[in-house]
Amino acid sequence: MNTQEQILTIGLVVLATFLTRALPFWLFKKRTPKKIEQLGKVLPPAVLGLLVIYSLREQHGLKELIAVLVVVLTHQLKHNFFLSILLGTLIYFML
Amino acid sequence: MPKQPTVFQAVMNITSAAKASFPFTLPILAGFLFLGMTYGLYTHQLGFSFIYPLCMALFIFAGSMEFLTTSLLLLPFAPVQTFLLTLMVNARHLFYGLSMLDRYRHTGKKKWFLIFGLCDETFSLTASIQVPEGIDAGWFYFFITLFNYVYWVLGALLGSLIGQLLPFNLDGLSFVMTAMFVVLFMDGWKTKSSLIGLILPTICLLIFGPNQFIIPSMILMVIALWRQT
Repeated sequence: MNTQEQILTIGLVVLATFLTRALPFWLFKKRTPKKIEQLGKVLPPAVLGLLVIYSLREQHGLKELIAVLVVVLTHQLKHNFFLSILLGTLIYFML
Repeated sequence: MPKQPTVFQAVMNITSAAKASFPFTLPILAGFLFLGMTYGLYTHQLGFSFIYPLCMALFIFAGSMEFLTTSLLLLPFAPVQTFLLTLMVNARHLFYGLSMLDRYRHTGKKKWFLIFGLCDETFSLTASIQVPEGIDAGWFYFFITLFNYVYWVLGALLGSLIGQLLPFNLDGLSFVMTAMFVVLFMDGWKTKSSLIGLILPTICLLIFGPNQFIIPSMILMVIALWRQT
């Protein structure tokens, strides 16, 4: 690949990435159909679940399981955004 | 009292939105500086100058796709495959847009940047967090997006320039992102929707493997959620 082709390749990735982000906003610019609006309301809790699985897609051993359990338990007990993340990450470091 | 906000008030609104949003981005500061540096170092080790990770971080702004693009640059030129591969890898962004249609509706010109910067981590925050009382929502979302963007670009640049000088191993820091997703997942818990988002992707991951499971997961999730709407 020469430099020109490299620039073009990066440009195509930029374009396609922006497209995946912008498409819903373009499709429903003027008016959002009722069904889509409701889908948008029930999606976020499910998408956050998908993100949890996505972030563990390459590595999901005992170490990850324990650290995730620490986060869940800490958050269940203390409901503190920072404490739960900090404690989970510290445990992950030590394992 | 004048009806139009004065310049002073406008500046105050923007500053207070920046201050209110910053603490929420701290986990991403840690995660993105680390992941960005890993990415910058990776491009450096493959022989690319810092211009490459800098431009990719600035213009693509999608972590896993930037790793992938770097390896594509070492292969023969294949524009159509590159375009389609990007659409597939980033298909999950469609869900972010659908979820944010309403929240990002009245954000004016900032909307372009909000859409451009809608990465996994920014989405997880702007979709979950209740905008604090008295804070302008549009500017709040804007600063969350901007801070995260700056962290990533800075990380990529630093990793490329000085990544190999780091004497210590920070691999565990990547778990920061997982921990944050778990916390936001718990905070946003809605039994049916949350279970759908946890169980269907897990099954798809087991069947299709880490590189192919996102699109089947999305299709199944839409089918399962559709009946709830």
